[in-house]
Amino acid sequence: MYRYDEFDARFVAERVEQFRGQVARRLSGELTEDQFKPLRLMNGLYLQLHAYMLRVAVPYGTLSSKQLRMLAHIARKYDKGYGHFTTRQNIQFNWPRLVDVPDILADLATVEMHAIQTSGNCIRNVTADHFAGAAADEIEDPRPIAEIIRQWSSLHPEFSFLPRKFKIAVSGSPHDRAALKFHDLAIEIVRNDAGETGYKVLIGGGMGRTPYIGYVVGEFVARQDILAFLESVMRVYNEQGRRDNLFKARIKILANALGAEEMRRQVMVEFEEIRKAGTLQVPQEERDRIDAYFKPPVFETLAGDMPKGGGDFDNWVKTNVSRHRAPGYAIATISLKPIGGVPGDATHEQMDALADLMDRYGIGEIRVSHEQNLVLPHVRKRDLPAIHPRLKELGLATPNAGLITDIIACPGLDYCDLANARSIPIAQKISERFADLDRQHHIGELKIKISGCINACGHHHAGHIGILGVDKKGVEYYQLQLGGSGAEDASIGEIMGPGFGKDEIADAVERVIGAYLELRQGGERFLDTYRRVGMTPFKNVAYGQDLHAAY
Amino acid sequence: MAASAPQMLTANRLKDGDVLYWKTDGWVEALKDGEVFAEAALADVALAAAQSFVAGNVVVNPYLFDVRVDASGIHPVKEREIIRAAGPSVREDLGKQASYPPLEGGSKNPEGFSGRGAARTPDKNPSPKSAAQISTLPQGEGGKDTMDSFDVSI
Repeated sequence: MYRYDEFDARFVAERVEQFRGQVARRLSGELTEDQFKPLRLMNGLYLQLHAYMLRVAVPYGTLSSKQLRMLAHIARKYDKGYGHFTTRQNIQFNWPRLVDVPDILADLATVEMHAIQTSGNCIRNVTADHFAGAAADEIEDPRPIAEIIRQWSSLHPEFSFLPRKFKIAVSGSPHDRAALKFHDLAIEIVRNDAGETGYKVLIGGGMGRTPYIGYVVGEFVARQDILAFLESVMRVYNEQGRRDNLFKARIKILANALGAEEMRRQVMVEFEEIRKAGTLQVPQEERDRIDAYFKPPVFETLAGDMPKGGGDFDNWVKTNVSRHRAPGYAIATISLKPIGGVPGDATHEQMDALADLMDRYGIGEIRVSHEQNLVLPHVRKRDLPAIHPRLKELGLATPNAGLITDIIACPGLDYCDLANARSIPIAQKISERFADLDRQHHIGELKIKISGCINACGHHHAGHIGILGVDKKGVEYYQLQLGGSGAEDASIGEIMGPGFGKDEIADAVERVIGAYLELRQGGERFLDTYRRVGMTPFKNVAYGQDLHAAY
Repeated sequence: MAASAPQMLTANRLKDGDVLYWKTDGWVEALKDGEVFAEAALADVALAAAQSFVAGNVVVNPYLFDVRVDASGIHPVKEREIIRAAGPSVREDLGKQASYPPLEGGSKNPEGFSGRGAARTPDKNPSPKSAAQISTLPQGEGGKDTMDSFDVSI
């Protein structure tokens, strides 16, 4: 894992003390709320529906056991005993008191964590494939370049006040587990015909009220040029992004307005300027220094066979254990989606116990996935039969990764000040409706994603089945979308039609699933069947006779 | 011109963010203890008075919201305010509802999923679709009415 150098440690410590002073000045009245609000947001502190909310960055989704214990400590000491893992691989605490936040940040700094750039119109926490460094299909671990981007972008004076927030994701695998094409900017590590690795750069993806799939702006950017290339993109955006309209300020709007060809031309003009100046090259020795932090553990030579454990264990292995690059090792997904539970929530006891489990089995890191699960990236297969029952005791062994009950849901109106409708209860209802594991396996891979407002934190546009909560005169309704995907075959879901009431939406989903099971051919996933037959057969059944259209 | 709905005044306490309700020149923590304004003019007077508590660094973000009052008590009209007054509907052990006595059967939630004391249910005979009636816009901090602020979408 990356370790702070002297500069990092000093910078974070100074930032904590700076914020401590700002909080004191706010409480004394020296700062007004209007003056203080941008300062607290720059430190990840929001005012939500019930209380303040602190969003803590988990860079590229990687945590050590020590860091996980600190998150448990914060949940226990300063919050209400739990944290919520988000679709941007961060963790949110829902109940901190303003007066405690400087102490929370100071505690986080002791384990090299912070909440900087988790809000505001800046380059946000960089996300990465949660199987990074472990996936069997990976070309190269994407986290070193994510760390380089973090260092380049943190407090970058030119990009601290962008037209709007800017989200970057990175992946080193052809199978996209990081929703690359829905990001403002995405980097995919690729290999050319000569066997060299470089970066494919995409821009202009996004969700929100105007969803777009990103397009390629750099097919193969050389390793040493990546920061120059990124800076070129940022300059085009910073100069031309719509600062006059909040809803048109993201780069996706500019990228779509300019078109791919013109955007590439403008980026290349900037890129050539920077290259001529000879700046922003990433020296090999610096790359090597950062690469070293992310070297995988030394893998033992172990038998490649998966141990047998029977019943529950085999079911868990079937969905929650993935192929590792090293024989004898596996990647274990820890579902934070217990049947009827709150997607993404983990208690302080669970976090502490997981940290103990990591230490006991020599697993140096845990990952946060954008699907709101946790991942143990390097597990000896022979240890799995011992790890599984412990996870089961902790309520963390739900065998549903990638199945219909592995639902992404934003906090929604239960917590979020922006939301129009609740998300979590809808996820709980659907989860309970499809709790039967045999039924889940019969349905197969299916990604349901739920957002409580058009900001789309629950990624509903990218759900095989997406659900968007809307407000009608103060009452919650839900729009159904079908056919989205956040993977390498990215697509934006199509809205079915009128919305459903909160007591109707689970029925509607069940009817859609029923139609899929009748229509599917061979080994088709729901998404495959939808793409083959289109919306009509699903729409014909979704509303049913006893359901009314909400509007 | 239709009579306006009764209103209440709410804000968040600065030092801890807790939800507060206005009651005669001050603030209380529970909706049921708050003051209901039958007339908009009186509500506006209270909102103006609340500014001194903003200036005094006691509360932030005061605003008025609609309620309905019946024999069983005060009910916010919008789901948002119902949840804000009680706590997350998915965690009855959190928020103000944590101190509520449980109802018969153990739940604190009289309408189950639909929220504590929900004032509204979906129309059984809905009116024709009207885009103007549907809000997909985010609410709250940095939401629909501030062009240069931040939002919380992640």
